[in-house]
Amino acid sequence: MIDVNVFVGAYPWRRVPGTAPEAVLAAMDRVGVETAWVSHLPSLFWKDPAEGNPWLYDLARRFPRLRPVPVIHPGLPDWESDLALAVDQQAPAVRADPGQLGLAPLGAELLQLVKACGSSGIPLLSAVRLEDIRGRHPLDVAPELAPWAVRGWLRHDARVRVVITQADRGFIEEVHFGSTEAEAGRVWWDISWIWGPPEEHLALLLATMGPKRFLFGSGQPLRLSETPVARLDLLELSAEARGLIEEGNATSLTQRTRS
Amino acid sequence: MASRLTSGWTAGPVPDQIPVMLVDVHAHFFHDRSGRSHWRELNASRLRAGERIGIHWHLASSLGSWGHTSPTYFPSPPDLTYANAHLRGLAAEHPGRIRGLVTVNPNFTAHAVAELEQGSREGMIGLKLAASRRADDSLLDPLCAAAGRLGFPVLHHIWQHRRREWPGQEASDAVELCRLAARHPGIHFILAHLGGGGDWLPTLRVLRSQRNVLIDLSGSGVDGGMLEAALAAVGPERLLWGADATLCTGLAKLRVLERLLSPADFELVSAGNAERIFPRGSFR
Repeated sequence: MIDVNVFVGAYPWRRVPGTAPEAVLAAMDRVGVETAWVSHLPSLFWKDPAEGNPWLYDLARRFPRLRPVPVIHPGLPDWESDLALAVDQQAPAVRADPGQLGLAPLGAELLQLVKACGSSGIPLLSAVRLEDIRGRHPLDVAPELAPWAVRGWLRHDARVRVVITQADRGFIEEVHFGSTEAEAGRVWWDISWIWGPPEEHLALLLATMGPKRFLFGSGQPLRLSETPVARLDLLELSAEARGLIEEGNATSLTQRTRS
Repeated sequence: MASRLTSGWTAGPVPDQIPVMLVDVHAHFFHDRSGRSHWRELNASRLRAGERIGIHWHLASSLGSWGHTSPTYFPSPPDLTYANAHLRGLAAEHPGRIRGLVTVNPNFTAHAVAELEQGSREGMIGLKLAASRRADDSLLDPLCAAAGRLGFPVLHHIWQHRRREWPGQEASDAVELCRLAARHPGIHFILAHLGGGGDWLPTLRVLRSQRNVLIDLSGSGVDGGMLEAALAAVGPERLLWGADATLCTGLAKLRVLERLLSPADFELVSAGNAERIFPRGSFR
């Protein structure tokens, strides 16, 4: 299995156990995840998040099961070099979370990054939220990502591929059915925030959108690594479809990146 | 819904069931007047997922018409009467699988007490209070007194660390529930859905010393560290497993609790504590 939504490093807003690389790997072992796409959690909040990227690349060298997803801040000078380095390091994706970066989701800087990701072939990853907005620290006022932003990214560049984590059913449907077929075919969703039974949001989305749009993602250690496995266990799902979600779709994304 | 929408797919392997007695202390079922056209599918989905997980008992409540003819958190007496009766019917359809909590609106004291007494006569085993009045309001005292006479625990809807008013409900937090619990020391109170939204950290600080309040772990929230913090705050003797609106997160929490707890303590959380606080024989 490939978990596309994993963090290492401390969280600024509360104590979270299991943020060290060894603990993250142990959590992966517990649920059968072989490879994780990993971001450096502290740098999401740094003024220059690229300062965390060398640490992240070094981590990936020491622990090959952890694949680096560095943050790119397109509002800082020479961000293009950071993006080029990510491609050179064979990162499976780069991430930009407009709320944490303090950038307008459809502002000129973000759209430049969208276009650059499209031309370099590397997917752009962004989280709708890191935590439930009702439980956040009073100083944690970063706005959540909005569906219109993702639709705007897909519309802005015909090549960009986007991975969105921690979106719920309403968000996903708004983007999927509010985009052209070609646009909707360039966005993938992790299942970390999609409800299972009895509301059956995940079953509904798989039925209406098909399994090729979804990726296995947990958000660990901010969220329990066991959750997406439980979600899949409670579905009536073919082995083929489950395989796509657990690994096949992420593998295809990575292979396309390398080509 | 799942069976219809995924028709034609091959069912995957059934996951390993939780191998001990399992009581979901926070379940809901719907009915024909709850404004959801696929209410039967929702109920069937809960039962089907429960079979896969290994849930022995769904301890359920039904919040009036769920907003269809009166507000979810301010349900009218007729809606409550219908919902409680429907839930008793569902329990009768599924003997050995569903038990009911009586839901009432504290603004209608006589009706609420009558519902409790009828519910007790017809096999219901607890009181569910939502958010029609703040938990420390004196209107709740006669209801708690009735619950005490009937041997009912009280499950109370909670907004973890409510810092402002929210529309559609007069929500309570742990501070207010503990005030009520202190006035009724002979009753067990269940603080609802620690993972149901809001900030659960302050809740745990409040609960340390109010020992007749137990925590239900239900809710869609699966924050890393939440289960460990709850254990550290109140110990396994005051934790109850539940799912509420998301059985998937309930299953994930069970798998984590299996790792965190000794087998004996896990059995307390999965069912033993519920068996201790609800009327004797409720889960046989």
